[in-house]
Amino acid sequence: MGLQGKAALVGVADYKNERKYTGKRKFYLEQWAELTQMALADAGLSKDDIDGICCSSIPESDLFAPATIAEYLGLKVNFAEMVDLGGASSVSMIWRAAAAIELGICEAVVCAAPGIPIPSNPNRGPRDPNRFYGSTSANWGSPQTEFDVPYGNVAQNVGYALIAQRYAETYGYDERALAKIAVDQRTNAQGNPKAVFYGQPITVDDVLQSKMVADPLHVLEIVMPCAGGSACIVVSERLARKCKHRPVFITGCGEHLTTRSVTYAEDMTVSPVGPAATSAFNMSGKKPNDIDVLQAYDCYTITVLLTMEDAGFCGKGEGISFVNENSLTFDGSFPVNTHGGQLGAGQAAGMAGGMSQPVEGVRQVMGRADGRQVKDCNTALITGTGGIMSEQSAIILEGA
Amino acid sequence: MNKELNAYQRPEPQPTPTSEPFWSGLIEEKIRLQQCDDCSGWVYYPRSHCPECLSSNLTWKEVSGEGTLYSFTVANQATAPQFTGEEPQLIGVVELVEGVRVNTVMVNVSPEDLKVGMKVLPVFFRLANSTVLYFEPG
Repeated sequence: MGLQGKAALVGVADYKNERKYTGKRKFYLEQWAELTQMALADAGLSKDDIDGICCSSIPESDLFAPATIAEYLGLKVNFAEMVDLGGASSVSMIWRAAAAIELGICEAVVCAAPGIPIPSNPNRGPRDPNRFYGSTSANWGSPQTEFDVPYGNVAQNVGYALIAQRYAETYGYDERALAKIAVDQRTNAQGNPKAVFYGQPITVDDVLQSKMVADPLHVLEIVMPCAGGSACIVVSERLARKCKHRPVFITGCGEHLTTRSVTYAEDMTVSPVGPAATSAFNMSGKKPNDIDVLQAYDCYTITVLLTMEDAGFCGKGEGISFVNENSLTFDGSFPVNTHGGQLGAGQAAGMAGGMSQPVEGVRQVMGRADGRQVKDCNTALITGTGGIMSEQSAIILEGA
Repeated sequence: MNKELNAYQRPEPQPTPTSEPFWSGLIEEKIRLQQCDDCSGWVYYPRSHCPECLSSNLTWKEVSGEGTLYSFTVANQATAPQFTGEEPQLIGVVELVEGVRVNTVMVNVSPEDLKVGMKVLPVFFRLANSTVLYFEPG
């Protein structure tokens, strides 16, 4: 049952993250073509090898995104999937690709997440005021429209602050430990020239003195939106042997979600990371102790804390002491988000932030992470989180 | 131009045929929740089917509105421009004695006095065209 570890990540590509994008604007379709070309070159494969695509929504086409992408890129595919799991979409794209390959319906799947601004539309009408609600729906009939929005519980900051506040009351809180997550990841970003905060290390005091946005979340505990985008290619064992780099096999996966609004979560302090990571560990036969690097979706510091606890790297409620006792830097005792994570490298628009974690995991296991390489890195756990700790997915990567 | 101005109006609930008894109850200063006839589970927000057992046999009942503060945040900057002027927003989640959780705003309390677990009572807060369910210390 489950993945047999017979599909591998063999190529990755990403844009440099930029806070204020000054380059040429590109449609998502154009970015899909460019990122695919870059990832194919990285793998040493050609366009004709691709027979599957996994995407998320694209602004050019509300419906029929996979067919639009296939047509634009001139691909003939036997597997076309659109994943709608917010920040968890990228990790979920990858395990779906692996599953489709193991089923034998395709042999090479490109998964991409563009996030560079599209060209301005000269015929644009008035801007939708509901854009300020972030991912919270304001559509007629949506429970969020009716029971979240009227109370100002919109976008992401509020929900994660509610989780952190409840966590503090239940298990105790050490704001310096939470800040240290942002600091260690920022240290990691100093080894990643594509990070928005490259060349800008910070201290715990910097975090605690930064603006309190939604108590207890400081602005430096919240991702910085930016332009960027990345992609990866998943292939069969047969094709993996033809590729340029060490193949990175997907040996376990899991997915879990229950609610859209965290208000209704059974316990706000227990995230869906648990069931997703447990599934991935069981499938791969690995344990938390076997993991050389954790690339954890990190929209907020509290997200990383809950992920470490619920994935089993420490006990429930022990995350704060775990952070205090470990260094999360690439050369530390427990490396996390070695590219800086989204806190340190920026959260590229669209669904691209969540693709940065698997791309970095692949680079680490391939041994291509340059100045931030984790020593003897063979096994990685990658998590994706969507909504307000809502959708969750996890994969385990192992080098051949 | 008008469209842009209206755009920033404070959002109000948009009752649906299913939820209408809840919102009209608030206007009468009554809290009505659905209870499942088959599994006795309380339902919030209002639905067509019970999220515990998927029964459609739901009956509206009036409840006290007593509860505890499950969690909260103090939003010092407006969570959207539509809420400008309401800062700091004391956004809360209240667990009613029936066990269901509701989004809310805490009123008649200063931010530093908010405490997870504190007892709370309902406040029927009138907006321009509707009434929403806020809470205050009980």
